[in-house]
Amino acid sequence: MREVAVVGVGMNRWGELWEQSHRRIWTEAALEALSDAGVDRVEAMYVGCMSGGLFTGQEHLGALLADELAMGPIPGTRVESACASGGLAFRQAYLAVASGAHDVVLATGVEKMTDVDGAAATYALSTAADQEYECYHGLTFPGLYALMARAHMHRYGTTERQLAAVAVKNHRNGHRNPLAQYRDEVTLDQVMGATMVADPLTVLHCSPITDGAAAAVLVPLDMAKRLSPRPPVRVVASAHATDTIALHDRADLARLASTEKAAEIAYRQAGIGPSDLSFAEVHDCFTIAEVMVVEALGIADRGKGGALAESGYTALDGRLPVNPSGGLKSKGHPVGATGVAQVREAVMQLRGECGDRQVKDAKWGLTQNMGGTGASSVVHIFRRA
Amino acid sequence: MNGSARYWREIPQRYRLEAAKCDGCGRIAFPPRVLCPGCRGRKFSKHVLAPEGRLESFTVIRVAPSGFSDLAPYAVGIVTLDDGVKLTAQVADCDPATLAVGRRMRIEFRRLRQEGESGILCYGYKVVPVDRGIGVPAAT
Repeated sequence: MREVAVVGVGMNRWGELWEQSHRRIWTEAALEALSDAGVDRVEAMYVGCMSGGLFTGQEHLGALLADELAMGPIPGTRVESACASGGLAFRQAYLAVASGAHDVVLATGVEKMTDVDGAAATYALSTAADQEYECYHGLTFPGLYALMARAHMHRYGTTERQLAAVAVKNHRNGHRNPLAQYRDEVTLDQVMGATMVADPLTVLHCSPITDGAAAAVLVPLDMAKRLSPRPPVRVVASAHATDTIALHDRADLARLASTEKAAEIAYRQAGIGPSDLSFAEVHDCFTIAEVMVVEALGIADRGKGGALAESGYTALDGRLPVNPSGGLKSKGHPVGATGVAQVREAVMQLRGECGDRQVKDAKWGLTQNMGGTGASSVVHIFRRA
Repeated sequence: MNGSARYWREIPQRYRLEAAKCDGCGRIAFPPRVLCPGCRGRKFSKHVLAPEGRLESFTVIRVAPSGFSDLAPYAVGIVTLDDGVKLTAQVADCDPATLAVGRRMRIEFRRLRQEGESGILCYGYKVVPVDRGIGVPAAT
């Protein structure tokens, strides 16, 4: 396997982009990554998209978006792993370069979610869960994470206030991210007092419905200097693991086994542990998700993820900043794009380009992207080259 | 709108609570599977789920997906049955404010929803607190 570097990243302002189509959002992010990398051709492209079909009626996205890229008949591959589609598309691009199959590859993610109403979006997202044995009973994603939250609270004494601290922290970071969807800061009382969606999660415990895309250009590390004028960021680990699709099939409702497994593999590949990380971009689709993910990544002890957020350890100026971008919570969560946007943040942090949300002396960065209630998890580790 | 075959083929599980018990390691799969998740065995015997269990976790859905909007708010929980099987079901016949992890639950047969004005009626199991609710025996 060859060593792989990211030499360019791109993302547009995320939000409710009524005036822009799915393909336009994608193309602008892709072009920005190519421009950032200083390359004008790629040999292959991957696109992470959860549900072009249910959100826009459009499938066959590998071909459609390769066509939009106007680079001729290059291979275009669509990758789906629910909300981990973007992270998994990046991993496929990484494998394509690492294996020697291609030298210059574009990894992208996109989701256009506001062409349907709220109930239809809730339904589309719910297809990441077990349709016959979870959704048939009226369960939604906020509902599933609420079940995980209740289990965590019951087992470890985690409080609603600790969960709310995750939202407060991530909005504080997102306030400094010019591309974030919701840049407003929020208070603990606002989070806990907001409209209830699925007890104990209020709407401010949930990531939003978002239109957006992100992209990255990958090349072999030893060719990076020749192919791109940009400082390369090394991909030092790429791991992927799965778990049961139905939450109720897990022995422990308050653990994310797929993230634990992917992290174990990734740390081994990178030769580091969680205490070596400068920052982590993690999948905070709901506040409880960040709490459980930091435990699965070994950043917090089991059951202590909530207390860790409350302590300030994971704040931007804390010992190990988590979600300096604002996370899914503030930046937005166009499901297929999220995993690639995490990569963009990691690359920009390691290049020192994040302005007033810059993590000091960032050397190692981790991204964690997951699908469903953690039925799939993708972990990458990056290093300043 | 879904075709009727999708509902029809799940009837043994939704109406009769039929699971499959692995002849090799004794693990119960609900719904039945081709391969045992415990030992990858392929031989199973029919097992009817235990009718009662304890509530592992619960929530109240206030923002419902398509098809459930007129039912919200409604409680949904994960129950560990006395035979060890865990399942997701709506929690009926109770004030959600009285729910607590560990509360005893019993499976009952109910209508879950209707697909549109003249669509398919979707039936299946819900759970109700054992210390309340109208007891009808679980299907056998």
